[in-house]
Amino acid sequence: MSFESITIFGGVDKDGKDESIRELTIGRGEIYSVIGFTGSGKSRLIRDIEQLAQGDTVTKRRILTDGKIPEYKYRRAPEFKIVAHLTQNMNYITDLKCGEFLRLRAECRKIPAAAKNAERIIMTANGLCGEPISDETPLTALSGGQSRALMIADTAINADAPIILIDEIENAGIDKKAAMETLVGNEKIVLVVTHDPLLALSGKRRIVMRNGGMAGLLGTTERERDVFDRLRELNAYSLEIQRRLRAGETL
Amino acid sequence: MPNKKQKIVIVGGPPAAGKTAVISQLIGLLKDGGVVAAVCKIDCLKTRDDEIYRALGVAAAAGLSKDICPDHFLAVNLEEIALWGERRNADILIIETAGLCHRCAPATKNTIAVCVLDCVQSIRVPDKVGPVLTNCDIAVITKGDMVSQAETEVFWQSVRLLNQNAEIVEVNGATGAGAQYLKIAIDARQSAAGVVGDELRHDMPSAICSYCVGERRIGNIFQQGVVTKMEFSE
Ligand SMILES: Nc1nc2c(ncn2[C@@H]2O[C@H](COP(=O)(O)OP(=O)(O)O)[C@@H](O)[C@H]2O)c(=O)[nH]1
Ligand SMILES: [Mg+2]
Ligand SMILES: [Zn+2]
Repeated sequence: MSFESITIFGGVDKDGKDESIRELTIGRGEIYSVIGFTGSGKSRLIRDIEQLAQGDTVTKRRILTDGKIPEYKYRRAPEFKIVAHLTQNMNYITDLKCGEFLRLRAECRKIPAAAKNAERIIMTANGLCGEPISDETPLTALSGGQSRALMIADTAINADAPIILIDEIENAGIDKKAAMETLVGNEKIVLVVTHDPLLALSGKRRIVMRNGGMAGLLGTTERERDVFDRLRELNAYSLEIQRRLRAGETL
Repeated sequence: MPNKKQKIVIVGGPPAAGKTAVISQLIGLLKDGGVVAAVCKIDCLKTRDDEIYRALGVAAAAGLSKDICPDHFLAVNLEEIALWGERRNADILIIETAGLCHRCAPATKNTIAVCVLDCVQSIRVPDKVGPVLTNCDIAVITKGDMVSQAETEVFWQSVRLLNQNAEIVEVNGATGAGAQYLKIAIDARQSAAGVVGDELRHDMPSAICSYCVGERRIGNIFQQGVVTKMEFSE
């Protein structure tokens, strides 16, 4: 299913009280981060969006697409994936080389020009991660950063789902800002569930979760943008040091 | 005497695929909806799954097949299991199979057959699973949280190629995400009343060689009954 925006109508928190945010619309090409302690209701919010909840979940939230109640069939059928997930726990396990797998996958998804598609994904991934991936690299030999980069590139280019959920990818050795730009550049609605300050600040706004409810909605301030730039430099610096050490250099 | 009709669901699939986890998530949703569930686990030598189900507050039983194939054992006991479910006043009777024998599939024509597969296995695994997948009504894919979405898609596709008719759903056994789709798929299906006279969807192999009846010694001179020998091409 395809849509340009989703609107979340607020429901209730764990105590049954109305959550503070009553209405929130997120459009394609926008990044929102979801912030909060463990158990604050982040996963529940994602699940409500995924199910296109209509007041029928514990939170009583309602989700509209393009300002309208989505058709019933989209809410019932599992093949209409609304949210594509990208999480820290996901790995590649298939015993194939990157190129081979990506072409096989493109064929089975009936994506035209399978070879071109595979090439483009690898190229995009290489823009996100310092260590280059080749067509010949076995999927199972990819480093943490490489596999994260490949998953992000693949999701940005191939996922049917209009919403991409990034869940805790902070430890991977990738250029996080470039990763976000890749996703947004492909006109995805991006939700980032994270404790990582750089990712948290990379969004347009932050949804603050507390006690099961959406407790606040914060726009990025001028000062936070400065902090973001500094964090980004630090991230780049750290990646560069990592690269040089791995290359056997002295600093 | 309880006489309402119970729905019978037989859940198969390889060991550790997530059968118990998925059934547990389903039970949560059924209980929320006020549905009475009973679960029977069939295994070979040992199982603790019945304790897991009992802890969820549903009636549970366990049957151990010992020396024979657990799927044969289930076929032999299905009538009694169904009667047990009726005595427990179940609206839905779920049977979890051992998931060891890839040659057999215990599903019958009138019950709802579910096959659970986890995509942490190779994308070639669905090929090897056999009749429990090719004869099922609903295929459940688990552990999508552990592999890339691209691989899950390919996995999904290979399941589709082997069974064109099954409804495929992705369920996270650990968190329960997607379990509502399994419930919807089961709600949409009926199982005919009574199991007597119902038929297996797939024939079970004969197990009538010497070793079936306790022979332990190796060698042609000790073998009687149905003895199938390998052919070597070289
Ligand atoms: N991460 C993850 N773990 C799962 C999932 N489904 C099941 N598991 C785990 O896999 C293991 C085996 O599951 P179980 O239900 O006992 O498998 P069974 O032998 O088929 O009944 C357990 O530790 C489950 O918690 C899933 O979707 N994601
Ligand atoms: Mg089990
Ligand atoms: Zn068997």
